[in-house]
Amino acid sequence: MDFIGAYAPAHLKFLLEGFAVTLKVAFISILFSFAIGIVIGVLRYSRIPFVSHILAIGVETIRNLPLLLIIFFTYFALPEIGFKLDKFYAAILALVIFESAMLSEIVRSGLNSIEKGQIEAARSSGLTYTQTLWHIVLPQALRRMVPPIVGQFISLLKDTSLAVVIALPELMNHAQIINGRNVNYVIPIFLLVAIMYFIVNYSLSLISRRLEHKHL
Amino acid sequence: MLNYSILIEHWDMYTQGFANTLKASVLALIGSLAIGTVMAVFRIAPIRPLNWIGAAYVEFIRNIPLILIVFVFFVGLPAIGIRFDSFTAGTLGLTVYTAAFIAEVIRAGILSVPKGQMEAARSSGLTYLQAMWYIILPQAIKIVIPPMGNQFINLVKNSSVLGVIAGLDLMYFGDLISSETFVTFDVYIFVAIFYLLLTIPLSLGVGALERRLARSR
Repeated sequence: MDFIGAYAPAHLKFLLEGFAVTLKVAFISILFSFAIGIVIGVLRYSRIPFVSHILAIGVETIRNLPLLLIIFFTYFALPEIGFKLDKFYAAILALVIFESAMLSEIVRSGLNSIEKGQIEAARSSGLTYTQTLWHIVLPQALRRMVPPIVGQFISLLKDTSLAVVIALPELMNHAQIINGRNVNYVIPIFLLVAIMYFIVNYSLSLISRRLEHKHL
Repeated sequence: MLNYSILIEHWDMYTQGFANTLKASVLALIGSLAIGTVMAVFRIAPIRPLNWIGAAYVEFIRNIPLILIVFVFFVGLPAIGIRFDSFTAGTLGLTVYTAAFIAEVIRAGILSVPKGQMEAARSSGLTYLQAMWYIILPQAIKIVIPPMGNQFINLVKNSSVLGVIAGLDLMYFGDLISSETFVTFDVYIFVAIFYLLLTIPLSLGVGALERRLARSR
């Protein structure tokens, strides 16, 4: 094991560059997934015939597939039907597809946790269904959803590492490149990479725990 | 339409991959149940250093990516002379990772059993471990089964990381078939169907159990 060689400044810089890509991909993905997840969650909650059935099938299918398979699909299979994406966008598309399905379930159970009496009260005081949803149900549900959404973001940050299979230049990929130079670097580099993921994700989980205590 | 001749011609590879995916998932489930139970008991046992070990294991492992743990077994340990074949390395990685989540599930289950039960058992002369094994754990199991089912579904999906290290699972054979046939779209659709054959019945089962448990409360 060569800790000094492994932690050379050039390697540290290279790992940080990889981590920046990890964070960027995760952040862009969570933004899109959150928006799509809310739309799907609300549509399923509203029980619009046909639409909510189709969405239910879609969401359940995606949730029951490995993310790795979806990444292979967006990067290797989509070009076959004339839809070519570079690594960066293929990774983001796969993460958005997978995470939207996960987040829509969080949104749906958040909405379901709001007591039915609130909806009845709002409707009987003259609000339309959409107004009730937007002004009464959604704001309360969103607060309850914050801890599971942070949890999902932690999963997303970890899952970004799966894009190593399509050689997206994120943290795992950069770690593997350094490891390829000298076998004595492998353990020190894995240790450092683990600590990098841990620091960010553990901080997020502490924030999530604090929010949980504040809102309930 | 899908090219079914690919499925028929490579049936043996698909089923072998499917069998290995199932095998890795079941082995990792058994291993992570064992480690997870130990870690959960460590976290709540009235012995400080054990609490720290349990908490450190769960918090560290839960916050790092699975693929990193698999790489440690497949690339990291061989660097210091400990070698595994790819299937074993992948299954060990899955076990270590899943154990952290299962420990949390079991801990929540144990904590849901009223404190008085432990006190009553202890005051009737049982040791801490006896009380845990005969009184607390059997009651915790009922509450723990649905979330445990969810962990198994995650395990089946996560076992696809074996494909990254040539671990002979469904993902690996999918990759192999697509490089033999130069077809990717149809090959991966069939891989997806094989995964769904495992995960959809599990999801439905877990959903039914959850509803039943909600009613019985």
